[in-house]
Amino acid sequence: MTSGPSTIDVRLPPLLLHMFPTAPSRLSLEASDVASMIDALDQRWPGMADCIRDSRPAIRRHINVFVDGQRAKLETPLRSGTDVFILTAISGG
Amino acid sequence: MTQRVLVLLGTKKGVFILESDVSRRDWDLRGPFCETWPIQHAVGDPRNGTIYAGGGSEWFGPAVWKSTDLGETWTHAREGLVNEAGAVPIKTVWSLAVRDETLYVGVEPAGLFRSDDQGATFTHVEGLQKHPSRPEWNPGGAGLILHSIVPARDDPEQLWIGISAAGVFHTADGGRTWEPRNRGTRADFMPEGQKYPEFGQCVHSLVMAANSGRLYQQNHCGMYRSDDGGRGWASIESGLPSSFGFPAAAHPHDANTLYLMPLNGDTKGRFMPEAKAAVWKTTDGGETWRDLRQGLPQTSAYFGVLRQAMATDTLARAGVYFGTTSGSVYASADEGDTWTCIAQDLPMISSVETLVVESGGAGE
Repeated sequence: MTSGPSTIDVRLPPLLLHMFPTAPSRLSLEASDVASMIDALDQRWPGMADCIRDSRPAIRRHINVFVDGQRAKLETPLRSGTDVFILTAISGG
Repeated sequence: MTQRVLVLLGTKKGVFILESDVSRRDWDLRGPFCETWPIQHAVGDPRNGTIYAGGGSEWFGPAVWKSTDLGETWTHAREGLVNEAGAVPIKTVWSLAVRDETLYVGVEPAGLFRSDDQGATFTHVEGLQKHPSRPEWNPGGAGLILHSIVPARDDPEQLWIGISAAGVFHTADGGRTWEPRNRGTRADFMPEGQKYPEFGQCVHSLVMAANSGRLYQQNHCGMYRSDDGGRGWASIESGLPSSFGFPAAAHPHDANTLYLMPLNGDTKGRFMPEAKAAVWKTTDGGETWRDLRQGLPQTSAYFGVLRQAMATDTLARAGVYFGTTSGSVYASADEGDTWTCIAQDLPMISSVETLVVESGGAGE
């Protein structure tokens, strides 16, 4: 389904930026699916992948990744020009 | 040399630090740190003053935070702090212990990790997961948590851990193999005839006495002492107002002195007995007990004290500290004779530890 890396537009949530102060809120990446997008983020900011993806592996329960407006999974493919939003879900207490 | 006393608080909303001089009369409060993450345990390395804090974010999972400047700045790390693919992911860090160059990390679901590079990366101590009893471990009310880590003082290969509700386990080979050490501790929640199992006890906290290998344990079902490394446990609950509580704090210099905070029972709200706060102290290894109340609230004390939320400091006349589920911290600078509230209205306090540092920052 995926043929190779695509250039995508990624938005990171403010809480994640607190954890990784050198990361921008919006950036372009080359990735073919959500899993490889997370790997690419981790290449730039080591440790970021484990904040988004757990060891099952799956997107963390209180993190949402939206691809072109739809909630995505790790295997969701990414096309060039795709908008990806990584969001923190409602949580806490 | 001027010394400062730090009380490290792990709370539901980050780390807070209380600081005083050795008089321990006036305290300054700093925090919250660690991005207001829920922090289960914060400890100091007495050799160099480094502070570690372990917890877990509902969003981002577990991590160990670290400060080398007494809390001014913090970093976080988690490389290697993962279960194998397909297993239940680690929810949070529950407990920390420093022994020389090694930082031990206990997690939920119950597992043990170690860091040999000052908290930068972590290695799974896999032997614990391979114990034959592992499939039968059941969670307590707080989950299946590894909450107590007690390294032997004179042998880097020896370690005791407490898991709720699997019991106490001991390793003599650096974590490759483990042995349950629960003989003599009750499991009142088991059927008649099965109340003293090999494992499955609900240990609440495990501490080592000063200058000895003696262990003390607060259990869901009683208080205990072991003088043989946990091979056998003797009840020390006689004279206490209940057999139920969470924390235990050993005196820093006297093996016979221990502090406990019994609650009113496991089914009655789990607060101070008769809503009157008291710390209970023994100076004879648990043979007799005395209640310490001066300065503690004697009306409407509807709070609890969690398993890691009481500690002593290392000064010659030991300080004793506890933090409540209602966000107050009480301190005694005279071994428990008198108490003062040194902080209040904080988030729920999960842990209390102390760190005595020289003015330059190095620990005692």
